[in-house]
Amino acid sequence: MESFTSLTGRAVSLRRGQVDTDQIIPAEYLKRVSRSGFGDGLFAAWRADPGFVLNQPYAEGAEILIAGPDFGIGSSREHAVWALLDYGFKVVISASFGDIFRNNSVQAGLIAVRLPAATVTALADAVEADPGTAVTVDLADREVRTSQRAGGPAGLRAPIEIDDYTRWRLMEGLDDISLTLRNSEEIARYEQFRPEWMPVAG
Amino acid sequence: MGRTLAQKIWDSHVVHSADGEPDLLYIDLHLVHEVTSPQAFDGLRLAGRGVRRPDLTVATEDHNVPTIGVTGPDLPLRGPGSPVTDPVSQVQVEALRKNCAEFGIELHPMGDAGQGIVHVIGPQQGLTLPGMTIVCGDSHTSTHGAFGALAFGIGTSEVEHVLATQTLPQARPANMAVTVTGRLPYGVTAKDLILAVIAQIGTGGGTGHVIEYRGEAIRDLSMEGRMTVCNMSIEAGARAGLVAPDETTFGYLHGRPRAPQGASWDAALDYWRTLPTDPGAAFDREVTVDAATLTPFVTWGTNPGQAAPLDSAVPDPAGLADPTARASAERALAYMDLTPGTKLTQISVDTVFVGSCTNGRLEDLRAAAEVLRGRTVATGVRMLVVPGSMEVKAAAEREGLAEVFTAAGAEWRSAGCSMCLGMNSDKLAAGQRSASTSNRNFEGRQGKGARTHLVSPRVAAATAVTGTLTAPADL
Repeated sequence: MESFTSLTGRAVSLRRGQVDTDQIIPAEYLKRVSRSGFGDGLFAAWRADPGFVLNQPYAEGAEILIAGPDFGIGSSREHAVWALLDYGFKVVISASFGDIFRNNSVQAGLIAVRLPAATVTALADAVEADPGTAVTVDLADREVRTSQRAGGPAGLRAPIEIDDYTRWRLMEGLDDISLTLRNSEEIARYEQFRPEWMPVAG
Repeated sequence: MGRTLAQKIWDSHVVHSADGEPDLLYIDLHLVHEVTSPQAFDGLRLAGRGVRRPDLTVATEDHNVPTIGVTGPDLPLRGPGSPVTDPVSQVQVEALRKNCAEFGIELHPMGDAGQGIVHVIGPQQGLTLPGMTIVCGDSHTSTHGAFGALAFGIGTSEVEHVLATQTLPQARPANMAVTVTGRLPYGVTAKDLILAVIAQIGTGGGTGHVIEYRGEAIRDLSMEGRMTVCNMSIEAGARAGLVAPDETTFGYLHGRPRAPQGASWDAALDYWRTLPTDPGAAFDREVTVDAATLTPFVTWGTNPGQAAPLDSAVPDPAGLADPTARASAERALAYMDLTPGTKLTQISVDTVFVGSCTNGRLEDLRAAAEVLRGRTVATGVRMLVVPGSMEVKAAAEREGLAEVFTAAGAEWRSAGCSMCLGMNSDKLAAGQRSASTSNRNFEGRQGKGARTHLVSPRVAAATAVTGTLTAPADL
């Protein structure tokens, strides 16, 4: 997993709430057995509409997605995170995320930034008013900010809600499995005392 | 201060804990299917790691497998004799078979007597027991919470983590109580109850929480009904939903093939009786629902929270104060091709689907058959009945349910996820509309451009008879 400290880039606004992972990547795209190649499936049904935000020229090269509340609800498919990353997004900003989607994002290195709903709306307004707005997502400083453009509205600054542990993992690009394997002795000790009625397969 | 059921299970599974870090939890059972596991096994191979506890891991083929033409075990996966026609599905199922063989994992392949939807086979074998931690790369793992187990869905990276270490680092969730007081009126089922709960708290209402379902109406439910309720916890945003184990739970489990026997059973029972939430334990959030006020519930929109009593009308988005909810409802009505004010019972469907991990168990099939007995499926309506497992299929055939369905004109299939999601040959065409006992009415869930109304098995059967959304009482 790639480490992440800070990113300054362009953002697109998807003003829809409750975007479920079936919309992010429909089931028919889940049959691949590899971890890559899911970008084509991203928002597949919506992208068929020429008016969809990702089909607009200004969306090209955007690395930050600003979405409505409850983003990534529904199915546990990590393919939704892989599809966003494959397409070129590095950050998704929303007022709330589905729990499994958020866990998957941390695993795969997609930065899921939670901000208060009013801040998300203000960001979306700024980006829609001027698609060239540079948005900075900074884990080191724990903030999202936009800079003021000539003649434009004042820049915006908002603190990122993130726990220290998750922030550290993302900034170091650490793999959970190697961290857990440091506790192998404790796992083995726990296993000695599991109740004998616990079922086994095979 | 007392502890909740979820807290007790959590505490007894902490392998390692440190300030400022997620707890490392031991996982008692890891269920695996073909869709979310191939990249996890590849990851193990790439890192030179093995599966720590293949004996705590069970796999099945369910999402991709067809529900027609599966005439027995040992059918070829490729070539003219294979019921799997999509070559990409063949590759995915084949990958699971190779991975299970390489790492020594028990697999229930297509056509096997033990095959079925991953959340149906665990409970039926007695692999799902109170007090366990259970995970699977599938969000409906919450189903197993019906037994008083802490069970939740995970992504593929976490699947790899559990395969490698049999543990998972997790942040402690908050606790939510959903108390359903009173008794469900006749003909109102677990599915109606959970749809009403989701409509009340919303698709994000349970985010960050584990839900414990409590109260008289929950205690009165069978294990099948409790599974239906817990199954849809994720549709309210909660990764896990639980019901405290009681005599109903123990009665269901006793004598199941993988459940403990003899002295082991007695020891387990002693422990299970200590699990229910202590009096005075605190919940972070509490919601109460009066069962007596509930009636058959159906969805009108494109998420499970967009639901209403069947005897009401399509709501007017203009009446919603929250702009996001209003925009979402407007979008949903456009996708569903519905007009505000239309009576829900006037909505015509062309397909009825009975099945899935929500409502594909024997009791669900009995409920649908009871309504359908002596009646016929309306002209122009296609009804699919898909048992959740091969064992459910065999049992339904033994007690004559299959005959009721076929006599009425429904299609009787073999086990799989089927039309719940568009990953196998059972799909809706664009513009088609279904009444479905599954769990998600998301845009395109049952096929690109397809429209879904979530219903109970009883409403599904009554709808098949009339061709419009119908309560059995109105037949």
